[in-house]
Amino acid sequence: MTEMSKISTTSVLSEVTEFIWTEGAMLDAKEYSDWLDLWTETGLYIMPIGDGEDYKNQVNLCYDNAKMRRDRIGRFERGFSISSAPPAQTVRTLSRIRIDSVEGDIVKASCAEHLIEDKFGRQRVWAGNAYYTLVKTEDGFKIEQKIVRLLNSDGMLNSFSYLF
Amino acid sequence: MSLDMPKFSDLDALYDEENALVATEMYEDPALFDEEMEKIFKNTWVWVAHESEFPDKGSFKLSQVGLEPVIVVRDRKGKIHCMVNRCRHRAATVCEVKKGKTSSFQCPYHGWGYGLDGSLRALPYPEQYGDDFDKSQHGLLKLRTESYNGMVFATFKEDMEPLEDFLGEGVRKYIDLFMKQGGGFPVKVLGEHQFSVPMNWKVQLENTTDAYHFPIVHKSFMQTLDGETGELFDFLDKGVGYVEDLGNGHSVMTMIPELVDLDENLDAPIPERFEELAQELRDEGYPEDQVKKIVRAVSGAGFNLNLFPNVSFSLAFFRVLTPMNVEQTDIRHIAIGMDGGPDAANQARIRLHEHFQGPMGFGSPDDAEVWERVQRGTKGGETLPILVNRGMVDEEQGEFGPRGHISAETGMRAAYKMWKGMMGK
Repeated sequence: MTEMSKISTTSVLSEVTEFIWTEGAMLDAKEYSDWLDLWTETGLYIMPIGDGEDYKNQVNLCYDNAKMRRDRIGRFERGFSISSAPPAQTVRTLSRIRIDSVEGDIVKASCAEHLIEDKFGRQRVWAGNAYYTLVKTEDGFKIEQKIVRLLNSDGMLNSFSYLF
Repeated sequence: MSLDMPKFSDLDALYDEENALVATEMYEDPALFDEEMEKIFKNTWVWVAHESEFPDKGSFKLSQVGLEPVIVVRDRKGKIHCMVNRCRHRAATVCEVKKGKTSSFQCPYHGWGYGLDGSLRALPYPEQYGDDFDKSQHGLLKLRTESYNGMVFATFKEDMEPLEDFLGEGVRKYIDLFMKQGGGFPVKVLGEHQFSVPMNWKVQLENTTDAYHFPIVHKSFMQTLDGETGELFDFLDKGVGYVEDLGNGHSVMTMIPELVDLDENLDAPIPERFEELAQELRDEGYPEDQVKKIVRAVSGAGFNLNLFPNVSFSLAFFRVLTPMNVEQTDIRHIAIGMDGGPDAANQARIRLHEHFQGPMGFGSPDDAEVWERVQRGTKGGETLPILVNRGMVDEEQGEFGPRGHISAETGMRAAYKMWKGMMGK
């Protein structure tokens, strides 16, 4: 690797890290309207079950286009969903961030996600790998695709009143 | 009570049939739970699989009958077997792969090998057991297995009545109707959501036959529907539909009468929300009558069929409960589709499934929350009964048994009556 590309990779990594941490903090703080603004209109938020990659033709935990994301947030915020009123509180750590590829304005990155939820005086721990496809725009990065694979996605889960 | 009487001899106190009252300990007594696992789950047909989950010779899936882990498998001739996942030597599980294909099962501990029918084929150094060791007496513990319209059931009870008799005419009728959502293709399992809830298994058993909760618990789901679909789910306000006891603890809850038989009204115009899908099918070359049949089948049947003790056919999916302990129940929501049918139709079915079901659905998390709230609530007021008497006031004889209002608790009464009959034996 030349000195030049090392510098640019390091700077992309720090920009992406800042973006992923900002997004993670938004989700913990449940600042959902800000979170919706992070997406492109064509973006897909997917949490698959198992190892499959044919998301369109398989049953996922969620497969959200823009409308489903808005509906999901509406459900969280309107107060009629008993599981989200109140929701579990969460604290997450996003780490082991790596840039997988940079092509033009498209950056693909991945990281580890650990999340702890708290509700009914009970804490649950979740771990997964998150994969981002980000588009560089004048307003900073936008999410074109985010895939979160829980370690036990094909096992017995519990219901989630928050986002990963 | 004399000392030699069984602990749960006073079944009338646990379920008062005349007034339809359930005692609180029904949800929280660990000794009662142990008794249920013996008297109910080891004495009836328990659903273990759908045939499409292990379609080929040698394919298998792991399942559970009550607390017992089982393997459901097809042998080389295609015959279905169900056996306890436990080596006859020193009890290790012989399979820990959830689904797959194999030619045999081998215990990882000492290498005892079993055929697809559970028979013991070979073991290392057998001479140490002496000459009279009989391999035919050391196969995996088998359960009786029978299927109806693709649904596979197993039982530990050797002399259990045939599955078709246990289901009865009413259940068979509704299973046949339910499977019409293949839209002319065989029904196939497409995937599943799994989540565990801190609740007694009977809380779940009640729920699939409970229309009363729908507009309350699922208001936030209803708010995300288009007007036309919202109208369909407005069955409580409309007061149409009914719940009917089908015998043996089974019941049906008919929410959308016009979608009970998917082969009827095929001439009706295609609803606007499915017009895009219909056009896609036409573009793929499907003739108009088949387009109408597939589109009508996409959103599922208009009823929930609730089978005692562990499986429901709920609108467009199978819901399976597995009791884990007195306060923990695992739930599976199994998505189904059209085997060999158009991708576009199966994609539509999968997206509808994800919309409501599973850990991140717009419906299931709210169900899970109220089920857990029931379990938490029973920590107080131990002597208060749980009421399942709703709709007794105007219950009438239906086609197969007592029939009540769409929001009646007729299905719960059917299940508890069966529960009581089995626990009293």
